[in-house]
Parts: sequence; structure tokens; C-alpha cells
Amino acid sequence: MIHNEIQTAAKDPQWLAEAEIISRIISGERELFYALIKPCERAAFLTAYSVVKSEADAEEIVQEAVLKAYKALDRFRGDSKFSTWLVKITLNEARMRLRRSHSESEVSLEVFMDDGDGDYTPAVLTDWREIPSEALHRKELRETLQRAVDQLPEKYREVLILRDVREMNITETAQLLGISEGMVKTRLFRARLLMQKIVAPELVAQGKKG
Amino acid sequence: MVLDCKHVWREISNYIDGDLDPSVRASVEEHLAHCRHCAAILDSTHNILYLIADERTFSLPIGFGERLRARLESELEKSEPASR
Repeated sequence: MIHNEIQTAAKDPQWLAEAEIISRIISGERELFYALIKPCERAAFLTAYSVVKSEADAEEIVQEAVLKAYKALDRFRGDSKFSTWLVKITLNEARMRLRRSHSESEVSLEVFMDDGDGDYTPAVLTDWREIPSEALHRKELRETLQRAVDQLPEKYREVLILRDVREMNITETAQLLGISEGMVKTRLFRARLLMQKIVAPELVAQGKKG
Repeated sequence: MVLDCKHVWREISNYIDGDLDPSVRASVEEHLAHCRHCAAILDSTHNILYLIADERTFSLPIGFGERLRARLESELEKSEPASR
């Protein structure tokens, strides 16, 4: 009976209230922890990736963050969702990793790119032929988009991935990053125009080739 | 209010999010109706955001969940679960 309950919960973590699941994990039902983290995997991975822009590093960071979350589960107070808490731990872990790996000169470049009025000129096009989502089966297209995101300065990449890839809202993005909503909007505007500037000409060229 | 192209570019992100005052929105739309460059910039930005939101663009690496579970199992074998 208990085994069946765990299996059901493992398939659908919503089956039990989050607090109940967590208290059972702390009591020793470790299997439930896997069910708890499963729905958060992509969010945690994308958050780590937004900082370190390496799939392999992001995967390792998520593993470390999940282990930390497990070990600190008795300190989770439930004033946010578990997924929010795990993503926050992941973000901190990723930033620590980046700071350790960056040379000082690399860090200073990012730090001193201010949020003032830069020249954010988009790529000027005469018209645009829509790229349908079915075209994403082409590796070339996926790689073009991924490379463009990787080229963004860290603070713009973070906001773009949280808001436009993970589809978090402005308030959630601001809370996670610890910045104002106005700052999220400013960085998002620059990130989006930079993406347009990098990607649009490439996609026009790919369209002409194909 | 008449907007020039640069002003419209600054508003494109908020326009996409539906986060503009009605009067600014109306001015942006009026500009877009007559400026094919800005209309193409809006369409391409919108299209690119639509493509990056698709799960195929940024998917979890193959075997991610299995490796995460294996790592957890091996680490957790070494330690007891947290207790209150």
C-alpha cells in the first residue's frame, strides 16, 4: 500500500501537498525527492546555463544544487515554492562557479558594461518572412539561436533566458535576480534587440540558401 | 504623439509584452502601419522570441535526468536524509 502511494506520488508530485511530500522525504522516503525535483529540472538547468553558457557545466551545477537542496531540506520553510527555492540555490551555485572560473579581466568587462544609454540599434530589414517553429528540426537554426544567446553579455542573457525561454513573468524574474522590475525591462529590451541584431540577418541568409 | 524609428525601437520590447500605455501603444501602431523597416524589426524580434521559447531550442541534454538521479543516489548512499 505504502509502496503504491509512493509510486503514485512519484508519477504526480501534485498528488500530495508539497509540504507533506517534503516532510515525508525528511522522514526517510527518499524516493519522493526524485518526484519533487523532476518538474524543476529544466528550470534549474536553464538558470544555470544562463550564467555559465555551457551545457556540461550547467548540468554539474544542477547536480550540486540538488544535493545542497536535499541536505538543507529541513531548513526549507515553505514561504516560496520548492522549485523557486531550488532555482535560487542553482543560480547562486552557478554564479559562484563563474566567479571562480573567470579571470579578473573577464569579470571587469562584464561589470563595467553599464545599463546606461548604449547604442542598441536593431538590424534594419526591408521585410521579414516568418520562420515557422517546424523549422526548428534543422540543427543549423537551433545552433544559430543558441550561439546568439551565448554571445549576449551575462546580465542580458540571464534576463532573456528567464523571461523568454523559461517564460517567467517580470516580477518573478526581478525577485530571482534581486533587481528591480524596471531593471528587468531595461535589460530585456536590450537583450531582445541584440538578439534581433545578431539573429535576423543570419536567418535571412539561411532562408536565401535554403 | 508622432514617434520616430529610434523611439519605436525603444518601445518594441514593452509593446511585445503588452506593457505600454494605450496612447503610446496607439502611436507605435500608427508608426508601424507606415514604416516597413520598423514593422520588419518588430516581426523578426517577435519571431525570434517565439523560436527561443520552443523547448527544442534549449532542451535538456539527453540522459540529464538519469545522470542526476545516479549522482544523487551515489551521494545519498553516503549520508542519511536530513532530519528535523
